[in-house]
Amino acid sequence: MNNQTNVDTATRSGFPTWLMILLPFIALALLLSVFAFTDPLALFKADLPPIEDLIFQRIEIFDGGFRVDLINGGPDAVTVAQVLVDEAYWNFSMEPSQTIQPLARAEILIPYPWVETEAHEIVLLTDTGATFSHEVELAVETPSPGITEFIAYGLVGVYVGIIPVGLGMLWYPAMKRIGRKWLGAILALTIGLLVFLLIDTFLEGLEIAEQLPGVFQGEALVFFAALLTWMVLSAIGTRRGRPSPRYIAGLLALGIGIHNLGEGLVIGAAFALGEAALGSLLVIGFTLHNVTEGIGIVAPLLPFAAVGYSQEGKDRPALKLFVGLTLIAGAPAILGTWIGGFAFSPLFATIFFGIGAGAIWQVIVDVGRLLQRFAERENEATLSWMNVGGFLLGLTIMYLTAFLVSA
Amino acid sequence: MNRRKKKSEVIGRRQFLKASALTGGVAAVSAALGTDLNPTANLTKSKISDHDNNTHGGFGAVGQVDYARNGFDPSELLYDWDYGEVSELDNGQTLREYTFVAVDKEIEIAPGVFFPAWTYNGRVPGPTIRCVEGDRIKIEFINAGSHPHTIHFHGIHPASMDGLPGFYAGSIAPGESTVYEFDAFPFGCHLYHCHSVPLKRHIHKGLYGAFIVDPDPDKYSGEEKQIAKTRNHNYRENENVNEMMMIMNGFDTNFDGDNEIYAVNSIAFAYSADNAPIRIRKSQRQRIYLINVTEFDPINSLHLHANFFNYYDHGTTLQPTLRTIDTVMQCQAQRGILEFSFADFEPGMYMFHAHQSEFAELGWMAFFDVVEG
Repeated sequence: MNNQTNVDTATRSGFPTWLMILLPFIALALLLSVFAFTDPLALFKADLPPIEDLIFQRIEIFDGGFRVDLINGGPDAVTVAQVLVDEAYWNFSMEPSQTIQPLARAEILIPYPWVETEAHEIVLLTDTGATFSHEVELAVETPSPGITEFIAYGLVGVYVGIIPVGLGMLWYPAMKRIGRKWLGAILALTIGLLVFLLIDTFLEGLEIAEQLPGVFQGEALVFFAALLTWMVLSAIGTRRGRPSPRYIAGLLALGIGIHNLGEGLVIGAAFALGEAALGSLLVIGFTLHNVTEGIGIVAPLLPFAAVGYSQEGKDRPALKLFVGLTLIAGAPAILGTWIGGFAFSPLFATIFFGIGAGAIWQVIVDVGRLLQRFAERENEATLSWMNVGGFLLGLTIMYLTAFLVSA
Repeated sequence: MNRRKKKSEVIGRRQFLKASALTGGVAAVSAALGTDLNPTANLTKSKISDHDNNTHGGFGAVGQVDYARNGFDPSELLYDWDYGEVSELDNGQTLREYTFVAVDKEIEIAPGVFFPAWTYNGRVPGPTIRCVEGDRIKIEFINAGSHPHTIHFHGIHPASMDGLPGFYAGSIAPGESTVYEFDAFPFGCHLYHCHSVPLKRHIHKGLYGAFIVDPDPDKYSGEEKQIAKTRNHNYRENENVNEMMMIMNGFDTNFDGDNEIYAVNSIAFAYSADNAPIRIRKSQRQRIYLINVTEFDPINSLHLHANFFNYYDHGTTLQPTLRTIDTVMQCQAQRGILEFSFADFEPGMYMFHAHQSEFAELGWMAFFDVVEG
């Protein structure tokens, strides 16, 4: 009682609340000005050269030269003094100036007689003598966004996205026929496939995150984006109550769709950054790799999977549902190749991969619950040998087909 | 140079094959549309720059080095013979006294590229010592730099004057000084450099220079006496020869053990056609005192365009050691004298450069502007 009164009086008789809120800010400002004017850390940085960090954002290869987009990812301004191509000094022009402020961008134009399909190395030499290099592994002219290029990129997206997912769904009638005995294993296979995609998406995202300037903390961004996506999807799911099979299938398609968007981004960006290679057989590799995704998406739609949704489960899923799911899962690959090819940004790519990972994780949770309920109904263990086998098979199929598309 | 580390690797481990998928897709689309969308289809098509804003097709450094700020001009370094403070000793011997001060100095070695050099007397290369065989050379060496340094001469001298760390005067600490004194032998084209360890760092940071000892004609007879006269700066015969000092050097600006810049007399492309080509007269005999102090690369070379020269390895002979060659190679610290003439040649620009094309394109590329007269 006594204490309570004391606290109340202290609050009321002291400074106004807004001042109390501002107080830490004022203290912080004072501390910063002390740093700014007295430089107490001078001892540590006496005579040290500036920290330089230039990041290649994009290299456009055009008939007669290279156009390089740069970002200064370091804390100090960086001046590009000379440009070397293939270990030779070369003429260049730089906009807006040869000095780039921290986090600012610049464009370098280098007229150069590059050789089709051969490698070229671009090195930037700064005024302090530091070098930053990027290798164009296979020089081909960067496509400019025209109608034919849009169609070509879009069709590549169809190849790696829509076609394999649609092909995978063609197993639906067969899956229905083999009966409920195998459903657990099929759901477990779906989880195996998703776990592979989850790890793959994370690794891919972390790899792209490395190219971001340090200040963006790219690696953390991947995890934040994943966490946020998972929470949002969980919240949506909770509001809807127990998720229906169609909802799970839709979510599966969405998660896989975001993953495929990421794949599209990387493919498109490969071209944008002057990396491209030969070998049309590999499209088939990609198609094979992504076929399993189709199986996964339709697994929850099997009639006997609808635990507690007898009404919905008895409906025969309409063809348009399959088409819709295919588009949700496959079409983002087309969008990805367009974005990657014509407007690639490592920052957005990093966030996209994080979102993809979060969505896939949420789908793993949902399909896992579905499997668990199914097992309970059938009086089987969730981790039966059959289910573990299905999981491993899913993982193995993805792993082995990835051989076809991994360097 | 071997620069294959990638600081910016943008595409992941699957980049290559994902891109392949694209190419394959494009091929399929091309087939479908009946057009050639595949950018790799025409492998032989070459991409030639249509930017002919430069006479060499865009090749070369951009901008100008500020020689005034550096405190030395490569066009002057060619002819900057330092005869020292000359006096005569009681025994009749010529005494040449020099003062060398080691100082740390940032120098601009290519337009806009600054290198934290260690120098003798604020310049790279250091002063070109020019003397005659048998002269007494006395060098007061003051270290005003931040690291211990020495001067080690390539020549004949006692062990105590060898400028080695750990022996006799040893390394001269910052703020200390010493005196190197010896008789100049043998005649030839020599060099000096710091011998402190780590050796590579002390040399490539800029502590080196030319040490040229002229033959004494009195010691030779007949034709050799005449040749010696043309080599000795005290004789009128020497005035008819256009003599140039060129030190082939390199700079590892990012300290990764590979040179980013190659040059003669330190400045990349200093004597290029659009910079300051070396103007020489047709009628004059030409002589280059050529010294290789390039670090990291075992050899360097000079190739003269459209002409041939005689070569005197180490400059220690009066007869050429190689005749009628147009390319000579030197290992690290090797040096020699080149003699040639452009008499009866068409006036114009004559190139010379390292015939390691890489060195040439990284700065060791130069021109003679041959004029009438």
